[in-house]
Amino acid sequence: MRENILEIISNYNNDKTRLMDILHDIHSIAGYVDQESIELLHQKLRISEAQVNEVISFYHFYNCKPLAKVNIYLNNSITAKMHGREGVLNAFRNECAVEEGGISEDGEFGLFTTSCIGMNDQEPAAIINGSIFTRLTPYRVRELVKDLRNGKDIKELIYEGDGGGRNALPEINSMVCNNIRRRGALLTQDYLPFEITKKLLPVSTPEDIISIVEASKLRGRGGAGFPTGLKWKFGRKAEGVHHVVICNADEGEPGTFKDRILLTEFPELVFEGMIIAGYSIGADIGLLYLRYEYKYLLNFLKGLLDDMRSKNLLGKNISGIADFNFDIRIQLGAGAYVCGEESALIESLEGKRGEPRDKPPFPVERGYLNYPTVVNNVETLASIPKILKNGSDWFLNLGSNDSAGTKILSVSGDCNFPGIYEVEWGTTIKDVLDMCGAYDVQAIQVGGPSGALIGEKDFNRALSYTDLPTGGSMIVFGNKRNILKNVVMNLMEFFIEESCGSCSTCRNMPMVMKKKLEKILGGRGVESDIDDLLSWSEVLKVSRCGLGQTASNPITTSIKNFRHLYENLVQKDIVFDTGFDLEESVKDSCAAVGRQPILHNL
Amino acid sequence: MNNTIKFKIDGKEIITENGKTVVEAAHQNGVYIPTLCNFPGSFSKGSCRMCTIKVNNRFMTSCTTPAAPGMEVESNTPEINEFRKSIIELLFVSGNHFCPSCEKSGNCELQALAYRYQMMVPRYPYSFPLKKVDASNPKIIKDQNRCVICQRCMKTIKTEKGEHYFAYLKRGNVLEVVMDKELGKEMTDELAKLAMENCPVGSIIYKEVGFVEPIGTRKYDKQPIGSDIDV
Repeated sequence: MRENILEIISNYNNDKTRLMDILHDIHSIAGYVDQESIELLHQKLRISEAQVNEVISFYHFYNCKPLAKVNIYLNNSITAKMHGREGVLNAFRNECAVEEGGISEDGEFGLFTTSCIGMNDQEPAAIINGSIFTRLTPYRVRELVKDLRNGKDIKELIYEGDGGGRNALPEINSMVCNNIRRRGALLTQDYLPFEITKKLLPVSTPEDIISIVEASKLRGRGGAGFPTGLKWKFGRKAEGVHHVVICNADEGEPGTFKDRILLTEFPELVFEGMIIAGYSIGADIGLLYLRYEYKYLLNFLKGLLDDMRSKNLLGKNISGIADFNFDIRIQLGAGAYVCGEESALIESLEGKRGEPRDKPPFPVERGYLNYPTVVNNVETLASIPKILKNGSDWFLNLGSNDSAGTKILSVSGDCNFPGIYEVEWGTTIKDVLDMCGAYDVQAIQVGGPSGALIGEKDFNRALSYTDLPTGGSMIVFGNKRNILKNVVMNLMEFFIEESCGSCSTCRNMPMVMKKKLEKILGGRGVESDIDDLLSWSEVLKVSRCGLGQTASNPITTSIKNFRHLYENLVQKDIVFDTGFDLEESVKDSCAAVGRQPILHNL
Repeated sequence: MNNTIKFKIDGKEIITENGKTVVEAAHQNGVYIPTLCNFPGSFSKGSCRMCTIKVNNRFMTSCTTPAAPGMEVESNTPEINEFRKSIIELLFVSGNHFCPSCEKSGNCELQALAYRYQMMVPRYPYSFPLKKVDASNPKIIKDQNRCVICQRCMKTIKTEKGEHYFAYLKRGNVLEVVMDKELGKEMTDELAKLAMENCPVGSIIYKEVGFVEPIGTRKYDKQPIGSDIDV
């Protein structure tokens, strides 16, 4: 084994910035990173063992202890819970004789919880030894576990057949369904891949391309909405030995799965968007950061890149353009929502913990390995080739006044037809509800946990950068759902689980707020607790990144739009309650000493 | 002269050189901005958020923001001071800080900041987390109860090759700063003492010596934190 580990490390030239890949390779041969490997990494990479552990322990899918033969990562997003996760979990627990978070005594099964895996339209879902299983039911679990015990291979267990489209390709071979319900300008198959790279780039200057993108008013589709053309302009202007284009495919916002569809059905558009961005800013390095949960697409995407290299779409003098040298490498993530923040993503690409950086400097000045770096979302890049083909006016005519183009929505929850809906910006929430067949609606989480929980009074608002901006996630909650106990609590737990912990505010405040919410849910709350939640959350504004700054949104937006739910739970007759139960707290010690305290209840 | 930068903090003119951060410039000019994770001479990361300022209506950390000509910085305002106090309180309730029995009392920056920002009792409930004390190292005790995860030991205590003695473990709410067991064995006396000195709180304690200087006569017992900077 020692020899194998040394070989892996030398494959990456003892380069500590490639630690993510080194750890992935070690996992693929050993299943985990043992102490001997950690020592070797310390010697070869010239970082201490503690520094190696620092990276391993940051990511959800790295381990320094052996796992089971079959490892089940069951998604715990709110949508999974709404669609029967508990029954599925119990079935796994019974059939595998294992508790959640542990490994069975015989070492056969490990059962773990994981944050949203991008399958919200087909929950409950799990990753089992790297393969995705969706639409799980207790019966299906019993069948699965029985066959696994009988020695069947994971790949043989996809009885449902493939999910259609390119999921059927042997390189993917997955039961994941696309569920594309509505196609607009981007998802319509009317474009011959690499047409722009072959025909337009050789006769255009980078400045020409940037000015078309600028004129189209395309803005980042990941949520922040920065004008793409302007970002490219900055990237082109910044000085550096290398320039870098990064495609952010670390789609981790619970309820979002649009990038999954783009990478399955339209990866050529995404890659071509990267080539065009590379040409425009003068980049030679291209990186696509693929979230670990989409590892099942990795071989397929790598194959496409190989094919592009053989056709001179990557490599040297692309499309015969002298000195346009650009290639793309795919970096696989390892399970950390915060890596979707662009500077955290860059840290992760450099083989470190995915902790956001303070800005300035912005990535366009100093990004990957300190080179000027443009980071764009998958959907943003996929829009580029069609904008260049049809012109900026075509794009401007789509959408609303302040928001050009279309937006791909990931719709899930209590609706008849969860899936992908491409709509023009300016579409109202009401229209989306009518599209997806949602008739009994109490609330909608727009933009994932970091977005807002809205109610009926906002259903006439329009999706746009100025009214209701969104990265694309929409989770619908019907009238029978318990919003505070199930929805808000789940979203808060998500932020607590996914915080990197580096800022004092985001490390501590969400937990303090969660406990306060528990107090209210437990019937011990008073009116002032509701106002405390609002005022306490303020300090999160000074956190470094978007995760920290929005980590209280599930609570604050639900107080804003559903305050009555909180009011119904708090005690009306008193103004103060510690939330502390003395009798309960001293129960054990009373039993131990056989005495009863005299409690002065006021 | 080209190298000189002028900008304003709370209306007061600040003169500094190009390349300084806002907090460095402020302290040069007798304007105190509280810090905890910032450590002179090491790369700052803005972890504690104590030095938060407002520039163009945006919150930034003054330890990571380069001073720029004409900048208008807000620092000593009710809004920002309230955030600073809130951060101190959060640090108190998320650990187990018992000042009277702590070797660092009087030299502790967290304690001193709490006095300066007049924290009487934290507004947040204590969490009383179960934390470990690692005394396995021959020279140092690493007490997680008192750690505020400022990264100062991580950034300043290194081997000649640049390897870190201290590093993060895990993430989020259970994040810790731990010591490298192997490297730690060979740590010099000098470095061990420096580690304790650089720690703003009592999380890194040099073994076998204690309370040499009596409580009551220590650094912040005599004067509040920042009074060496305040004009």
